[in-house]
Amino acid sequence: MSLFQVDNISLHFGGLRAVDDVSFAVEKGEVFTIIGPNGAGKTSIFNLISRLYNPTAGTLTFEGQDITKLPPHEIATLGIARTFQNIELFENASVLANLLVGRHCHTTTNVLTELLFLPSVRKAELAHRRAVEQVIEFLGLQKYRDMLIAGLPYGVRKVCEVARALCTEPKLLLLDEPSSGLNVEETSDMAFWITDIKKELGITVLMVEHDMTLVNRVSDRVLALNYGKVLAGGTPAQVQSHPDVIAAYLGG
Amino acid sequence: MRFIFKTDYNQDLRLLKHSGYWWSYGVLAAFLILAPFGLDNYLVSQLVFVFIYALVGVSLTILTGFTGQVSLGHAAFLAIGAYTAGFLQSLGVPFIIYFPAAAIVTGLVGMLVAIPALRLSGIYLVIATIAFAFIIEEVAARWEAVTHGNEGMRVRTLDVFGGNGVTLPRDEPGFYFLCLGILVLMVILALNLARSPTGRAFMAIRDSETAAKSMGVNLALYKVKSFTISAAITGMAGVLFAHKLSFISPEMFTLLLSLEFIMVIIIGGIIGLHGAVLGAIFIVMIDPFLTLLKDDVPGLVSSIALLFGAAQETAASIGAAVGNVGSAPGMKGALYGLIIIFFIIFEPYGLYGRWLKVKLYFQLFPLYKKATFKRQKTYVKSERNR
Repeated sequence: MSLFQVDNISLHFGGLRAVDDVSFAVEKGEVFTIIGPNGAGKTSIFNLISRLYNPTAGTLTFEGQDITKLPPHEIATLGIARTFQNIELFENASVLANLLVGRHCHTTTNVLTELLFLPSVRKAELAHRRAVEQVIEFLGLQKYRDMLIAGLPYGVRKVCEVARALCTEPKLLLLDEPSSGLNVEETSDMAFWITDIKKELGITVLMVEHDMTLVNRVSDRVLALNYGKVLAGGTPAQVQSHPDVIAAYLGG
Repeated sequence: MRFIFKTDYNQDLRLLKHSGYWWSYGVLAAFLILAPFGLDNYLVSQLVFVFIYALVGVSLTILTGFTGQVSLGHAAFLAIGAYTAGFLQSLGVPFIIYFPAAAIVTGLVGMLVAIPALRLSGIYLVIATIAFAFIIEEVAARWEAVTHGNEGMRVRTLDVFGGNGVTLPRDEPGFYFLCLGILVLMVILALNLARSPTGRAFMAIRDSETAAKSMGVNLALYKVKSFTISAAITGMAGVLFAHKLSFISPEMFTLLLSLEFIMVIIIGGIIGLHGAVLGAIFIVMIDPFLTLLKDDVPGLVSSIALLFGAAQETAASIGAAVGNVGSAPGMKGALYGLIIIFFIIFEPYGLYGRWLKVKLYFQLFPLYKKATFKRQKTYVKSERNR
């Protein structure tokens, strides 16, 4: 059984079919990439998975459980974390506070004990901090730890988004254009990290990406979309040489 | 400049980060403990109002500063706290019972207000809270069995355990220390909240609801929690307010009072709890300051005019003119408006933000860069998911 499965999912905004009868399955331990021209419905699929949008039809299955009807805040608890294409960090908080919000789905304390800051709360906080520090070390964010997001450059913010998603200890990580806005060097770092996330942390990655160099470097399988429909699927090489994909990108 | 060498995660959880805090808060504590015995009665009484306003400031900092939900209805929560206390006291319930009872009742009302408010944000939420405040004002005027309507209600001397055992009259140090103690306790609770998961969830909601949702924050639940906590603290402030004035009537809890509360956090600074206290000092102390201005400035101006060689009569008429401006009706309102506008334009982080900048200037002297606090151009965020 696949880790995550999308069956005949559709999303219609009135007459516009943003996602039209798309099906695919993500296997445990792979990097699965969705590519496609602008407006192909890639981010819409992500928003369907993280339950920000309600699908018009179809089902989403994660580890055998139907998640199509779950409220958005329960998705993180199941083990699906995501990043956003247009950075959605908590700007007026420090990097550390942002990453600690990533630990929210592992919260065990309640508001009354927190108001009194009982020893159990302190113990839980220290445990969260240790988990966060591991992510900070993994992504090399040490020197930004206490800085406000509002004062950080774009490239670092992008890494912070990935870090915050990793803090939820996900089984499936959704990366929405991890390399957009990054320079060549930062993109190369991102490629190493995605490989490490797969190999060292054993996290399955579902990614939307435009940069074909990055796609070729890290992906095990690729799915090409256009106008909400699946064009082709397979290894990066197979998809890139598919005549429909070439037509979609170059016109023809 | 002080660099803290961190060797333990506990260091980041401490409320007093280093020895400097012990010194500054120690001096403040010493001043506050000695104040009721050294200062004159009027100033001590104003200090009690500072504590009560600061308490409301703390509650608004949790709701508006942490969670980003603006409320212009906090005078109504204050009224609910005050009337609950007044009514229960008239039934013979002692303070030790009706104080927490008022907090709980106000908290529950806050929870009920939050549920319809969940669907609103920004300016619409502000309008909804104003509407709520009008409803409560009207209820206080009409529900005569409990509130005595527009006649108002006398609140007797605070009696801690009932039976006139331990009483704290409103003008004596006992009441001053009660207010101070409750303020300090609530500030500590709010600080605890800020360093634990609930407080972080509040701040996540403020900065990006979409991201907060995706990180597993139940928006509805946490907004309701924020409203409830905030309302409960305001309810406590209401009890103290009722005792301090010893008389409550519906026309005290108007929109203007809610505006004053919002000013407390805007002027004090919305970024932290210091702001609530600084703003409260500003709002409460502006009255005696204006009186001082009215009484002394005309004389001062005319004597300066005399110094510069003006004739006796000209100097007197200049002084009188200044006095007329100072005591013109609506002067206080106009001044409030001006102050708010200036703060929003020039110092959005309020007095506390200004203090942080002054502090940094001296810490970095002579290396302070003028551009340190120039606002950063923020990156365009997607509006798609809102």
